[in-house]
Amino acid sequence: MQIVVRLAIGGTILDIAGDIDLAHSPAMRKALLLEIKEKKTPKVFLNLEKVRYIDSSGIASLVEGLKASRDQGSRLILYGLSKTVREVMELSRLQKIFEIHDSEAQALDS
Amino acid sequence: MGVPVRGVRVTKNRSKGRGKAQPKSEMLVKLELQSNPEALCLVRATIERAAEVLHFRDTEARAIVRSVDEALANVIRHAYGGRAGHPIEMSCRKLQPGPQNSAQDGIEILLKDSGVPVKPSTLKGRPLGEVRPGGLGLHFIRQSMDEVEFSRKKGKNLLRMVKYLSPTPLAAASEGE
Repeated sequence: MQIVVRLAIGGTILDIAGDIDLAHSPAMRKALLLEIKEKKTPKVFLNLEKVRYIDSSGIASLVEGLKASRDQGSRLILYGLSKTVREVMELSRLQKIFEIHDSEAQALDS
Repeated sequence: MGVPVRGVRVTKNRSKGRGKAQPKSEMLVKLELQSNPEALCLVRATIERAAEVLHFRDTEARAIVRSVDEALANVIRHAYGGRAGHPIEMSCRKLQPGPQNSAQDGIEILLKDSGVPVKPSTLKGRPLGEVRPGGLGLHFIRQSMDEVEFSRKKGKNLLRMVKYLSPTPLAAASEGE
């Protein structure tokens, strides 16, 4: 899995590529919590366009990020979810609690 | 919907492929793994291909892959406490209807580990209404597979998961005639 950090208007974009599974979800969790809790970034955008697979540990990391962002009064915004990622979000019935957009443009405009 | 829980064996209500008649099975692949999270991507690729060979639909194939991945992750995290280098056996068999029964085609996956015993009473996923990390893996497995059975034999944890092939629309139509 690869994580690239980019600056965006009002926040930071984390481009995630590869599989978010038991082996790699700790790295995503660390990057996410660094932005939210330590850097106190007001908007953290998670670009999941190149994520092929996400497991329950990846979902748990996203939930932890969401809770941290709520505690900080910041926003965690997801976009570019593949069919596989959407399926897992729906299975966990968490798709409605996250702010999800189809594209980067829509996410940045939100 | 989730699979109803009946003791340690969990099955979905199905109109076919159930009852006393048991399908024949044919070994497709057997893997000896170590409790290393890096191995999970190899298993996912193997199971994805096996499901493809058995003509599962894409959504069903993804569900099977997800179940095996989550089950292995549970073995690594819970049975072996996150410690690497411990053995896990995985076998994958093709289920076929026998000449004397009406069982369906399907896939059977068996996982065997030597970790701490699984307590069936503790095998509860978290309620889905709760927004908190964790507790989703078992829920994914129960949602996805037709049969899920935990047991312990000769000091090893065994997990058996079965997914039957859904009838094709054409086959379903002719059965209804």
